[in-house]
Formats: sequence, structure tokens, C-alpha cells
Amino acid sequence: MHPVLKTILERIALGVATLFVVSLVIFSAIELLPGDFSQVILGQAATQANMAAISKELGLDQPPHLRYIQWIAGAVQGDLGTSFSGRNASGVDRSREVVDLIAPRLSNTLFLASMTAIIAVPISLILGVTSALYRNSIYDRSVNTATLTTISFPEFFVAYILILTLSSLWPIFPSLANVDADTVLSERIYKSALPALTLTLVIVAHMMRMTRAAIINLLASPYIQMARLSGASQSEVIIKHALPNAWAPIATVIAFNLAYLVVGVVVVEVVFVYPGVGQLMVDAVSTRDIPVVQGCALIFAITYILLNLLADIIGIITNPRLLHPK
Amino acid sequence: MKNDNEKYSALGEVGDFQQKRTRWARIRLDLAKSPLTARFGLLVILIYGFVALFAPFIAPYGEAEVFPIPYAPWSSEFVFGTDQIGRDIFSRLIYGARNTVGIAVATTALAFIIGGILGLAAAIARGWLDQLLSRTVDVLMAIPSLIFALVLLSIFGSTVTNLIIIIAVLDSTRVFRLTRAVSINVVVMDYVEAARLRGEGLIWIMRREILPNIMPPLIAEFGLRFCFVFLTIAALSFLGVGIQPPTADWGSMVRENASLIQFAQYDIKAGLTPLLPASAIALLTVAVNFVVDWFLHKTSGIRDEE
Repeated sequence: MHPVLKTILERIALGVATLFVVSLVIFSAIELLPGDFSQVILGQAATQANMAAISKELGLDQPPHLRYIQWIAGAVQGDLGTSFSGRNASGVDRSREVVDLIAPRLSNTLFLASMTAIIAVPISLILGVTSALYRNSIYDRSVNTATLTTISFPEFFVAYILILTLSSLWPIFPSLANVDADTVLSERIYKSALPALTLTLVIVAHMMRMTRAAIINLLASPYIQMARLSGASQSEVIIKHALPNAWAPIATVIAFNLAYLVVGVVVVEVVFVYPGVGQLMVDAVSTRDIPVVQGCALIFAITYILLNLLADIIGIITNPRLLHPK
Repeated sequence: MKNDNEKYSALGEVGDFQQKRTRWARIRLDLAKSPLTARFGLLVILIYGFVALFAPFIAPYGEAEVFPIPYAPWSSEFVFGTDQIGRDIFSRLIYGARNTVGIAVATTALAFIIGGILGLAAAIARGWLDQLLSRTVDVLMAIPSLIFALVLLSIFGSTVTNLIIIIAVLDSTRVFRLTRAVSINVVVMDYVEAARLRGEGLIWIMRREILPNIMPPLIAEFGLRFCFVFLTIAALSFLGVGIQPPTADWGSMVRENASLIQFAQYDIKAGLTPLLPASAIALLTVAVNFVVDWFLHKTSGIRDEE
């Protein structure tokens, strides 16, 4: 087998194994709940019969490994169980399917994340590469100081500064990003402008610094020195010699930061009341609605692991040393 | 060295030894050479520490003292006004230094104790212990820590103790990786082997032979981890699932007063109020980052080519 294919298959197997363990961890959330939580769901006035019914519905009368298999089989088929909220002591069940809660919000979150990525990736690559090329210049130093400062800021600080300036003092963009399924694209972009801008500012700083470090590392390698000494021009060195080796670190940086976006999106969604998965998860955590928390956590974890896996694979494919085995 | 042969005397050369600088003198010398950003950072950290220690003496009012005027404007009575139920924001900012920073320091310290000891143990023992710990850490790091923290908080509930333990455990994974990586190089050194042959115990070897040699990267990591933990706790409190009221905490203060921002057009001071706790967080992280930057530069011995 080609060594590249072998390495990639190994990585995918490792990713699947990680996903399995992660799903185990998320599943065991319900195991760790203290006490008899059918009462927690239904309230103090719950009757014995209703509590028994809930336990049966959640499958608490079965051993954990059977329940895990049922849960994961359901999750693969798009069934993440039923939310805890909406139930009450009298046995009336107004609860909703977790999938129905997550699905519309997931598309919103993906929209916000891709909008941010489209803005942030080109900007940070350009900033990172140029500041690496003009290292220690005033340009490099000012970009560096600015990004170091933005990294130190909590996301909500950046968000509120933007709201204060661009929404309150000079009302250009709305501070509430209340989009729904019927919002047309142009209005959707307009309403999501501030959340996307916040995420961009946070993520550009990270991405730019990592790109800069990767390029500087590359330019310091002996073969670049060799190319310079052999009389190649600056642009030739960059395009012909440096770039083929730079794709791997750059792809890794992008995928890593898109994975970081998954986390950043939670806080930003709450600030701008953007109806996404992150806000749903935070609400579910404060009401301790475990099935919803599990569903959201599973989605976030899968996205995070897949993006990191993608970064690994791109890194392997674009590595010239692996493509030409000895 | 003296090259003048005629005046040479052995006694003179012996007497010409350099006084070994005390630790304090070395710190003073380093400080004198430090860049402006690092000095600024140190000053900010010292001020925060002072405010946190003496909060009850500095704050004009109590942490949870409620006055009858909610959302009072900035005045001589209430320097930064009052919040949604009439608590003095300036006092809460001061107490916040104690609560928010204190909890973050405790969490980071706990993370370092867990991660450091396990990392050292893995590096010394190798074998199955190393494999077990490293694979566990791989899995823990495969989930973003904020998401993981949210899941765990929903199970165990948001109390300060839970918060500290959960974040510390999640964060100790990164400490473990660093400690293991740097100490693996030290463990194979001859002097460690010598200590082992001498019959020293595991704890002694860890503390006296390995730890002093891996200190600089660990100290720098402590600063960076602190920033990360501090921001995570602030984010969780901001989301309403971290430090719970009535404890004064910067993250939740931002959220509680956020609605004031829409009045910025009429009263800029009101609009700035929610940004005060947020900038208190930002200022400390910037300061710590500056100091860590300087420390890394100093201990790594890297000199930028000019």
C-alpha cells in the first residue's frame, strides 16, 4: 500500500476511535447525574407511576451498555432523544425532540461560522505571510502587538466594544442578530454582521500569529538558504520553494482555527442573542436539560474532531517528503 | 583576568573572585534591563494583587450591599453608579478582583499540581502508565474544553468548588503534555541515573533533580494557563453557568449590566459601565501576557537578530 494512504487510514482510524471514546464520555453524563432524576424532570409533585414511566422511557431499567448502544444507534439515525423540559408532574408531555430543537439552529451556527471563515481566512493569511516576510519591521511589530492584545481580550469584551461603537453610538448594525428561517440572505448577512465581525477579530489574531510562526520557521530552513544562495529571486524563493512546503502548516492553522471557532461561537451567540446551537446549549446547561446538552456537545465534538482530522490529512497529502518515498 | 605578569600574585587572583549575586540582586538586575511592556505588566499584576488582598478596606461599600436606587448614574456617592438591583459597581469591581482572580489562581495551581505530578510520573515510569495517561489526555483534549466544561457543569451543578475542579482537571491535560515532554529529556540524564543508583526515592528525584531543570518552561506555561483559565471562567460566568450571584465577579457583572449599552447615546458613562469589568479582565490578561513574553525571551536565550 502507498505509505501516504496507509498514514491517512491510520489517522482516520484514530479519529473514529477518538469519536467513540468521546461519545462514551458524553453518554456517561446521564449516568453521573446524582440521585433519582426522574423527580428532577417532573418536579416535586410527581406521582410514583409517572416517575416509573419516565425511568422506563429513558431506559433506566436496562444496563448501561445496552442503553449506550441504543443511544448511539439513535444518534447515527438522527434521533437524540427527547428534551427534559416541557414535562410536568401531572404526566402531560409537551417535550420536543432534541433533533427538532437543534436542526434549525445548527444551520444558523454553520452560516455564522462560514461567514466568519470567508472574511477571516484571507485576511489572516495575508497578514501572517506579509509580517513573516517583513519580519521585525514596524509593520510586523504593530500587527504583532495588535494581535497579542486582541488575543488577551475575552470574546464578550470585543463584542460589547463593537456594540457600543457600531450599534449604540453610531447605529450602523443591529445589536440583536435575531434571524430565523424566513430571513432573506441579504438581511441575514446584515443582521449577522456584528457577531461575524467579533469572531473575525478574535480568530484573525490567532490565525495570523500561527501563520507567521509557520512561515518564519520554514524560511529559516537550510534549503531556503540554499535557494537564496543559488541566486533565486525573492518571489521565486517564496513561490517555487517555500509555498509547496507551506501548505501543510497553513492548512493545519486554518482547520485548527475553524475548530476554535466552534468554541468561540458559544459566547458570541449569547451576546448577540443569535439563535444558534451554542445558545441552545448554554440554556440547556442552566436548566440542566441533559439530552439537549448531550446532543449539542456531540455536534460540537464531532465538528472539532473532524476539522482536526481534516487538518492532519491535508498536512499528510501536501507533504512532499511523504509523496516521494525512498 | 590580569595579564600583567610582573604584578601577578596568586593571592591577588584568588582574592579577585566575583561576589556571587544573591537571588534578590539578580532579580533587581533583570528588572533594570526589562522592557517597558514587562514593567507595565508587573505593575498591573502587583496592583491587582494589592486590591484583591485588601478589598474590604478599599471598597467604599460591601460586596452585596443593596441600595434603593438601581441603575444609578455615575456620581460622587457611587463612583461608577449602581447595578440592576442597586449594588455599588465600584465596590463590586474591587471585590471581583478577589473572587475572579482568586478562583482563577486556585484553578491554575490545582491544574499544575495534577498535571505536573502526573506528567513527571509518566516521564519517569514510562511503560503502561505513560501510555494510559497519554491516551486519556488525548481523548480529553479532543473535546473543546469550554464544551466539556458546559457538559460537566450541567451534571454536577454550578458551584465554585465544582467550577475549580472541573476547569483544573480539563486544563491539567495541557500541563501534563508539557511537563511530560520537557522532563522526558531530563530523566535520561546521567545525574538522574546517579541519584537513582544512590538510592534516592522517586519523590526526591522528582523534586530535587528534575523539577529545577524544567522550571522555566513551566513558569511561563503557568502564566499562559492562568490567562486561559481566567478567560474560560470569565466566559462561563458571563454565560451564567460559572460563578453564581451574589458573589461579585467580573464575567457575570458584564452580563448583568449589558443592557446599559443601549443608552450610550444619551449618557456615554452608562454605556461604558458594562465595559469596566470586561476591561478589568482584558487588562490583567494583557499584563500577564507581556510578562510571560519577556520571561520566555529571557530564559530561552533567543536574541532577535536586528
